[in-house]
Amino acid sequence: MQHAVEIQSLTRVFRPKKKKEGKVVTALDSVDLRIDRGELFGVLGPNGAGKTTILKILSTLLLPTSGKAYVAGFDVAKDLLEVRKRINMVSGGEISGYGLLTVRENLWMFSQFYGLKSKEAHRRIDVLLDKFGLRDKDKEKVRTLSTGQRQKMNVIRGFVTNPEIIFLDEPTLGLDVNAARTVREFVVDWIREDRNRTVLLTTHYMMEADELCDRIAIIDDGKILACDTPDNLKKLVGMNSTLTLSVGGLNDISDFDSIPGIGNFSSTMDAGGNATTLRFILEDESSVSDIVSTVLGKGSKILSLQKTEPTLEDVFIKLVGRGLE
Amino acid sequence: MSEGPLKSNLRAIRGRAYPRLIGSTREPSWFFFDVVLPLFTIAGYAYVYRFLEADAEFIGYVVLGGAMTAFWLNILWSMASQLYWEKEIGNLSLYLMAPTSRMAILAGMAVGGLVETTIQAAATVVVGVIAFDVIFSLGSPVTLIIVFAVTMIALYGMGMMFASLYLLLGREAYHLSSLMMEPIYFATGFYFPVRCLGFWAAAGASIIPVTLGLDAMRQLIFPAGADDAFLSVNTEIAVLCVLCVVFMVLARYALRYMEYLGKTTGRLTLRWQ
Repeated sequence: MQHAVEIQSLTRVFRPKKKKEGKVVTALDSVDLRIDRGELFGVLGPNGAGKTTILKILSTLLLPTSGKAYVAGFDVAKDLLEVRKRINMVSGGEISGYGLLTVRENLWMFSQFYGLKSKEAHRRIDVLLDKFGLRDKDKEKVRTLSTGQRQKMNVIRGFVTNPEIIFLDEPTLGLDVNAARTVREFVVDWIREDRNRTVLLTTHYMMEADELCDRIAIIDDGKILACDTPDNLKKLVGMNSTLTLSVGGLNDISDFDSIPGIGNFSSTMDAGGNATTLRFILEDESSVSDIVSTVLGKGSKILSLQKTEPTLEDVFIKLVGRGLE
Repeated sequence: MSEGPLKSNLRAIRGRAYPRLIGSTREPSWFFFDVVLPLFTIAGYAYVYRFLEADAEFIGYVVLGGAMTAFWLNILWSMASQLYWEKEIGNLSLYLMAPTSRMAILAGMAVGGLVETTIQAAATVVVGVIAFDVIFSLGSPVTLIIVFAVTMIALYGMGMMFASLYLLLGREAYHLSSLMMEPIYFATGFYFPVRCLGFWAAAGASIIPVTLGLDAMRQLIFPAGADDAFLSVNTEIAVLCVLCVVFMVLARYALRYMEYLGKTTGRLTLRWQ
């Protein structure tokens, strides 16, 4: 099957207008990437890593210095119109549109650049306004909207043309928790509705990438350092998950050592002697049910249970040698 | 998606024209700023001509010229500077990414600006005519419409060309706009017959379509206008037609060059560039 996005040895160099004015910046350095249709693919990296440059090239706004990039099988440097018909892009912190137009008018205006019939455009706008809870704002001028409402409108602008492939460049940047959640939930629902749709999301929010993405590429200094599913990336760290239980009425801890899939095990009694804290290093995640069964089988009561996993931040630190922020 | 490129581009023109068309209704203050304030300049010239006991049609020239300045200001501040402004607010990359002709986007800006400014100019003419008792004697309305149409196509073609050039100039473009106000008011003969400047100066000023457009309109609207004419109406229409083609072609090339340069340097869509 044709890839939604294919990038081959993509390099992008920015040169200053005059040699004395600055240094040459290599924003992308021989990047290779393949994204399948139906994937929600994340590019995770710090500011200046090259995330936005990838999106600008894929959305035909920037030419590569060398290498090739294809969107839906079309060359982004040559088949501009074919690429543009199939894509849209939304950026975080975007202030596009015109403040004196209403939300609906702005959305309609942008839909016209994609050749949508007005009736169809308004139908789609209605559906999306409902999904984002902005229906009551559709006649409000854009300049009266809050940051979160405006960003929701921007997201609607990107989706109203029903693109095959959408590029989301830090779409939840600066949004409050609720607005960010609305955007994330919508993106997941949108891609599930039709497996031919593809989302390429750039973000520097670890949690967002972990929660949303089927696969993630970690990028730094214009290079892809790793690309895999979030779970597989976490395995790169070489850290195991930890299970911590607080158990009441436990007198015998002899059987826990023999449960398969446990790398290490420790127990401590709390100061009052009423509860025991058990800490397991899990080599195999499926051992959780055995541990719970064993505790309950001893007639003990589980007071609390917490599983701690390595995060994408751990992965990033291991790969780059520093944190993301 | 679209039925064909023509319909798709017409939708893009309509879409981009819309903010300008609706803008006047959302900001009623335009009547004060764009109609009332220019009347002071018109009144100034009108009283000078009255004081000098000039022929009555000179006051008509001033009213007509005063109305036409609205189009020149619209070209400078709402056409030429527009793409630069669109870049600043983030719309430009959305326009460039859309599957439509960039010329359609510019044409939408032009159509919206033209309609909006025509309403302003018409209001200026009406108020000016009432205030200064200007008497029109229109012999050939069809020719007048043709002159107005070719003047506007050439003028807005020039504005479309400027839009890309201003974008390349960046922030300096605003100085260029300021530079092109008073000198152009003078050279194009907004308030006096351009023939007064002499043939070669008037010929040079004819690169600005308003020069010939105004001269032809004066001849058509005021009976004595032919005596003050620079060239015959037919010649001026012919030259304006050539300017229409030249500016449209140059606008297309300037736009392509701007887009190419933007894609190679990143100057148009990356703010740090």
